Amino acid sequence: MLGLELDPDKVAVFAGIGCSGRISNYLNYSTVHCAHGRALPFATGAKVADPELKIIVVMGDGDCAAIGGNHLIHAARRNVDLTAVVFNNSIYGMTGGQKSPSTHVGDRSTTSPFGNSEPAFDLCELARAAGATYVARGTSWAYRQLVQLIAGGLVHEGFSFIEAMAICNTYYGRFNLTADSAEFLRLQKEHAVAVDKFDVDGPRLRDLYPVGVIHHVERPAYSDVFSDMRQKAGGRGGG
Amino acid sequence: MADDGRLEVRVSGSGGQGILLAAAVLADAVAAAGREVVQTQSYGPEARGGASQAEVIASLEEIDYPEVDLADLSLCLSQAAFDKYARLTRAGGLVLYDSGLVDEMEIPGRRLRGLPFTDTAVHDLGAKVVTNIVSLGALCAFVPWLPPDAVDGAVAARVPARFKDLNLRALEAGRRLVELAEAGIAIEGAEDHDARGAAPVAEAEDRPIECEPCADER
Amino acid sequence: MPQPRKLVQGNEAVAEGAIAAGARFFAGYPITPSTEIAEILSRRMPEVGGSFLQMEDEIASMGAVIGASLAGVKALTATSGPGFSLMQELIGYAAMAQVPCVIVDVMRGGPSTGLPTDPSQGDVMQSRWGTHGEHSMIVLVPSTVLECFTLTVDAFNLSEQYRTPVIVLSDAMVGHMREAVALRVEDLRLARRGEPDCDPDEYDTVVSTLDHILPRPDLGSRFRVHATGLVYNRRSGAVDTSDPEVAADLGLYLREKIYHHRDAIVRVEEVGTEDAEIGLFAYGSVARSARAAMKAARKKGVRVGLLRPITLWPFPTGAVDRMAEHVETIIVPEMNIRQMAWEVQAAVAGRAKVVDLGRVDGRLITPAQIEELIDREVDHLRAR
Repeated sequence: MLGLELDPDKVAVFAGIGCSGRISNYLNYSTVHCAHGRALPFATGAKVADPELKIIVVMGDGDCAAIGGNHLIHAARRNVDLTAVVFNNSIYGMTGGQKSPSTHVGDRSTTSPFGNSEPAFDLCELARAAGATYVARGTSWAYRQLVQLIAGGLVHEGFSFIEAMAICNTYYGRFNLTADSAEFLRLQKEHAVAVDKFDVDGPRLRDLYPVGVIHHVERPAYSDVFSDMRQKAGGRGGG
Repeated sequence: MADDGRLEVRVSGSGGQGILLAAAVLADAVAAAGREVVQTQSYGPEARGGASQAEVIASLEEIDYPEVDLADLSLCLSQAAFDKYARLTRAGGLVLYDSGLVDEMEIPGRRLRGLPFTDTAVHDLGAKVVTNIVSLGALCAFVPWLPPDAVDGAVAARVPARFKDLNLRALEAGRRLVELAEAGIAIEGAEDHDARGAAPVAEAEDRPIECEPCADER
Repeated sequence: MPQPRKLVQGNEAVAEGAIAAGARFFAGYPITPSTEIAEILSRRMPEVGGSFLQMEDEIASMGAVIGASLAGVKALTATSGPGFSLMQELIGYAAMAQVPCVIVDVMRGGPSTGLPTDPSQGDVMQSRWGTHGEHSMIVLVPSTVLECFTLTVDAFNLSEQYRTPVIVLSDAMVGHMREAVALRVEDLRLARRGEPDCDPDEYDTVVSTLDHILPRPDLGSRFRVHATGLVYNRRSGAVDTSDPEVAADLGLYLREKIYHHRDAIVRVEEVGTEDAEIGLFAYGSVARSARAAMKAARKKGVRVGLLRPITLWPFPTGAVDRMAEHVETIIVPEMNIRQMAWEVQAAVAGRAKVVDLGRVDGRLITPAQIEELIDREVDHLRAR
């Protein structure tokens, strides 16, 4: 896999509840299909208990930013060595098209029939501000770039956050852009701007957002810090 | 105190006086002396002032009900604690209080003994912080079956090593206060109201008194 | 030569019990009156090579505990009423996905923020029925500091053996009480996590039975593990929410895997019950008051017996049956209003009179209160 040399026995995929959560049925790794919004606490416990695990956390935007929003900021703050991938389709798809914290002002959904009165989170900025040490955004249109961005997160030691701009033509597209999935993908190409060409002080909109590695710093991962503390306490190091 | 195998003690004062430490040390000493022991306390906002209390029950038998209703021996280290807890002492029981902090009032049927714990800690030992240990030394002097060694050992095990000597001296100072007082030697500030001959009042029967919770305790 | 005894607090005994049981992971959120458990384990876990996490809330704490257990480490959390309510969501997950773990609830007055520093037994029904859906529950109730230690060890063993969350239901009185005890760690029998006795490729063809519950392999092992909160086929492990038979099979199994073993799981203490005319059913700290009341009554010549559940759930139906057969009256003192009294009444099924004695003011029921009720019931009996 991309020369990452992952030991498949040590890989574990933690998924939330939502369209993204289905991924746990498609993979030949060990998987934990968690409760809605709770994938990050589950994964945090597993990683701290066994630092040898290579953990990928897959969440939806409602999963990660609404019900799991508090867990997201604290996982980022702790800098636990997890690779979190958020499939952002700007809506609650599985339950039939309700607005999420990623639904933009004015967008229609089955719970914002007259247009959404709330602004959307910029998930990457949220993760960065909370302390994530690797933050990136890609689109399903630019598939190869997205794979590379996720691989970058796997290599990075610390909390990696990758926002994957997904399409929900069934609900979000039909209500707001287009019901045609190919057309929706093509629109992603128009909306996405390389991060080095993006006006960082400007707004991030439904049809304008930066893609690429948005933030990357090195800071000791949680397990390393705790392991040092454990040695000071006189206990065994490692796991 | 007569040794009928059971002793119920209530230590009370205000938050920050080391009430809980004194009770824990007493309980440690009781355990070291080979008796059954249960120690409880009221936690909560009292830690930030107001009257707080901790209880110790010692027994030769298994202890069932873990709380003290009417104590055999009460120690009160503040006026608020005295006002609230002194009367929760059984008829014929002993109320030991800090004579420098408590304006003593008569409680029929109980023996009251005021000793200058804070003054002793401040003037003789130069450390107000050991007032609780001075008073513990005095309290234990009224429990004949409790060996002073057990109390010394319990204190030494609970306090940081560098304060061990100070605390052991505090215990000894407390014992000395009782010795002098019992021998009838005048101690500045000491007060004694021996009510052993007084007629017990009705509420002093051996039945529990419901203690109304104060609003500021919640 | 007496055993070396030490003055130990109930919450401290729980923490030491967890370490002795082999727990090497704690995640929690500070809450009175359970906080000492977290404080002590923040020091003890690193000392023994384990991990301690203070999470952002009790939901996250329970999630981290499940994650750690799936990774192969015995794990626990500790909380009180408000936090216990938050944990119910993932206690249900642990029951559904059959993840061993231990939850310590040090009960305080409620509902809501209630009486943070005062004892209560208001969570006894929540401990059994707090989650949505159907599953069994094992709940142990310590009455002494020593039991805070031994029952925490038992909780881990039962949890591993039956692959289920187990609750230690303490209260503010037992949790904050200190008693002189000797915590013996040498003689403890501990359940160990194993791997199924099969090739990883065959793993999805082996299946647990009621009499042979297979261990779950850990994440990071040779096996492919799939845990889920959805209904899954108990044989293949695959998610299947469309077949009613699959759902029924799992639902009944999650209940029966405990009830089938109830004789082995349920423990009670019976004192003076053989000749009793009046029975007391009391658990946790209140059982201490009940025991004192029983002794006082017997001194007065009234034949009173005490049934003290150590396992509160599964409910000790057999012991209540035995008591109901020969006593006239069963008194149920508890720091709630009729929660277990209803359950006793259901089990007694009219064979004896059931009298409840509830208290919800944050104070421990006194022996005098129980004695008064015994006297009243004796008068009724003698008057007949």
